[in-house]
Amino acid sequence: MQTLSMGIDIGSVATKGVLLNQDHEILDKVLLPTGWSPKKTGEAVYRLILEKKRLMADSTLDPRSSMNPRVVVTGYGRVVTDFATKAVTEITCHGKGAQILHPKTRTVIDIGGQDSKVIHLSEKGKVLDFLMNDKCAAGTGRFMEVMSTSLGVEVGELSALAEGYKARKINNMCTVFAESEVISLLAEGAAKGEIARGIINSTAQKAAVMLKRMGIQEEVFLTGGVSQSPLFRKALEEELNISVYFRQEAQFVGALGAAAIGLDIKG
Amino acid sequence: MRPSLMKQVEELRGVNSVKIKEASEQGKKVVGTYCVFSPHEIAMAADAIPVTLCGTKEEPIAAAEEKLPRNLCPLIKSSYGFAVTDTCPYFYFSDVLLAETTCDGKKKMYELMGEIKPMHVMNLPQQGEGEENLKFWETEMKRFKSFLEESFDRKITDEDLKAAIKLGNRERQVMKDLHELNRVKPAPLSGKDMMMAQWLKGFNVDKEAGIHLIEDLITETRDMIKEGKSPYTTETPRILLTGVPIGAGSEKVLEILEESGASVVALENCTGYKGLDRMIDEEKEPMKAIAEKYLSTPCSCMTPNNSRLDLLSRLAKDYQVDGVVDLTWQACHTYNIESYQVGKFVKEELKMPFIQIETDYSNSDRGQIKVRVEAFLEQIQGEY
Repeated sequence: MQTLSMGIDIGSVATKGVLLNQDHEILDKVLLPTGWSPKKTGEAVYRLILEKKRLMADSTLDPRSSMNPRVVVTGYGRVVTDFATKAVTEITCHGKGAQILHPKTRTVIDIGGQDSKVIHLSEKGKVLDFLMNDKCAAGTGRFMEVMSTSLGVEVGELSALAEGYKARKINNMCTVFAESEVISLLAEGAAKGEIARGIINSTAQKAAVMLKRMGIQEEVFLTGGVSQSPLFRKALEEELNISVYFRQEAQFVGALGAAAIGLDIKG
Repeated sequence: MRPSLMKQVEELRGVNSVKIKEASEQGKKVVGTYCVFSPHEIAMAADAIPVTLCGTKEEPIAAAEEKLPRNLCPLIKSSYGFAVTDTCPYFYFSDVLLAETTCDGKKKMYELMGEIKPMHVMNLPQQGEGEENLKFWETEMKRFKSFLEESFDRKITDEDLKAAIKLGNRERQVMKDLHELNRVKPAPLSGKDMMMAQWLKGFNVDKEAGIHLIEDLITETRDMIKEGKSPYTTETPRILLTGVPIGAGSEKVLEILEESGASVVALENCTGYKGLDRMIDEEKEPMKAIAEKYLSTPCSCMTPNNSRLDLLSRLAKDYQVDGVVDLTWQACHTYNIESYQVGKFVKEELKMPFIQIETDYSNSDRGQIKVRVEAFLEQIQGEY
């Protein structure tokens, strides 16, 4: 029987689950909004993958049972679950996951829902150094979400809305003040697309400063939900003057890394 | 796995607040201080009791913010808050206060605090090196001496100073010996116990009793080492904590580090090793010797502050350190800016993992700090 490992990344916005075999092939992946209960959502993702894959060896879901896959949890909800084989921080998991998705990665920039981080990796994907943003929403997915709401769109629609527009500069980094700024710009008659572009650029700028503070080592790999926005990637590349890489699965990078760490656990 | 005498050390908090009351009532003079630059020996030579004043708790910060800006370091706000709410027994029993022109935040706060109690402010040079700075600092020492002579109406002789220097050095040496016990791998004392013992010495009313207690603690800890007893294993990551001073109420990051599986083996901060590194030269003319010792303090208020890097590199080696954590308070410009240089030095010269943690006295960011600390320890252990 082959060894399977599951990684679950319980983030502030979304909970991601990945099932991996020993050849690092992704057998399944699941994403659910975290909602108010990280514990319940984490468990729901766990059950969902097991049920889909008919891995319900015994009804207890006990990962200690040799029939069930190993489970490594990460993300801010990593401490609340009771079915995990191990809890590992999202920094280590992101490093590991990025190295699997894009082996040439030496710098990871992750824009998460409640924090953003820059990680330097060795050739083997080990964390050499990292930097996380301050206790503030500036430069995080949350910033983009709040700004999107004030434009009356979902955060996933921001990039499409901004397409083809020139940016109106958003000066405030503070989410609360930037929201007032957006409202003032709307009152002045600025097009929503211009403001959307401004929001994307402003987040990219903040990310670029964090990257430069750490020092950029190529290649740079972008993760987190915002990596799916082509305009964000373009803005970041222009700020840094280098190529920034991403993958469709980039939102699952933490869960993927967690699953890969599970495979390394002895026993 | 904790020395039984640590309980007695912790009890010093209660004991000292009673002793200071008794001493004051018996007519002993009390000199309240805030900083490791304060020359306690001159106060001791005036037969006064020098004590460190409260400033490590969050409770009085709200009261301080009625006058001070919110965006100011928590240490300054807490110190002022304790004074203005009169909730620190040591402040209450202080006859005079001694302060120094260290950082901008402190020296401007002292102007407000000076309205509450008589305060002497020493003008600290901004550069620690150079003969002219030392000369200037020596005249400041003399000015403080005259201030005490006038305030307490007594003459301070060279003999008084020499005796005070001897006692001060003995206390310093015993605290240094205690700190050095953690050079052993695994460390016999937790970082939290070490911090507590070091921090509490500042409140010791009876210096001789304090010295004896620490001597006994050293003996007990040495026995523990012989028996191979430690709260840690040889695998436990060994951390050097540098940066801002900490005490009871502001030990959050130290606590998180040890809860997450680290052993904080060295405290390179004002409440830890910084003031213990160098003794006062007992052969030299006393005022000059005192000035020399205190000006050598590697504080971030000094420009440049290269001796901090020298000290870090010595501690990292002597204590077999695996990583360096630089703790800085929010809105503390000197430590926050210097953290860039410290980080560069640790990573490039010492070739060691480094992390800066900027926070305040509140518990609001415990979760975020825990992620960073755990990730830092994972980085050190390099298991994945």
